Amino acid sequence: MVPLNAYVAVSAVLFITGLLGVVIRRNFIIVLMSVEIMLNAANINLVAFSYYLESMAGQLVALFIIAIAAGEAAIGLAIIIVVFRGKISTNVDEMNLLKW
Amino acid sequence: MVLFFFAYFALASIASGVMTVSLKNPVHCGLALLALLLHVSGLFIILNAEFLWAVQVIVYAGAILVLYLFVLMLMNLKTDDRYFHSSYLYFLAPAVIGSLYVLALLIRSPFGGAKGDAPAEAVLRDGDTHAVGIKMFSEYLLQFEIIGVFLLGAVIGAIVLAKTPKPANKERKA
Repeated sequence: MVPLNAYVAVSAVLFITGLLGVVIRRNFIIVLMSVEIMLNAANINLVAFSYYLESMAGQLVALFIIAIAAGEAAIGLAIIIVVFRGKISTNVDEMNLLKW
Repeated sequence: MVLFFFAYFALASIASGVMTVSLKNPVHCGLALLALLLHVSGLFIILNAEFLWAVQVIVYAGAILVLYLFVLMLMNLKTDDRYFHSSYLYFLAPAVIGSLYVLALLIRSPFGGAKGDAPAEAVLRDGDTHAVGIKMFSEYLLQFEIIGVFLLGAVIGAIVLAKTPKPANKERKA
């Protein structure tokens, strides 16, 4: 029997990895991928608590998180395409379109 | 046996997560993300969540990741030599120290609480899909509808953002 703490620890490590990816990477697409890692870490946590506390609510919230991740990926990639069409670099430290 | 599979899926997902963040070529990062998603879905199987396993494989690995790879191939990015921020070392050490502290707290803390109404035997009797469906269409119907409206908005927003812009308005110039 795997203790609940093990799942929480795995989820925490994955979340920190994703957070580091958001902070230190320059490519905007990789930043979005790191956000997906963080959402997956949250999903592991929700499903593990749903199993150990014997309630279905965690799995439902995880399902909604997957739907929101799909929407976020679609909108984020559309924004990247718009930025790239304007011949602007997709590195996050060189995008300053909204800065004045 | 469960312990062995848990260890494999956990270690493999952490390793592929680290590779997603640290590899240089964006396509390799996408493939490492694919490995991460599949191993996380393995964790869902251990936790008796077969429906979420299927959704994870179909929606995440099948749709979202293909979208990422499609955009990567479309833009044909050349990888810069410097693919981290210039000041990433300032973030790395505090993040490692802070996360080790949080990890120590999490491993030592006892998690517990009131048990819900879906023990493992009840879920296994009719299957996880049945349990999720009953719960979703009874208590979580409003959230389900909200997610539907959200996805509609995301689809319309993506189309509006990504369509080719029209040339400048001629009536106004004339």
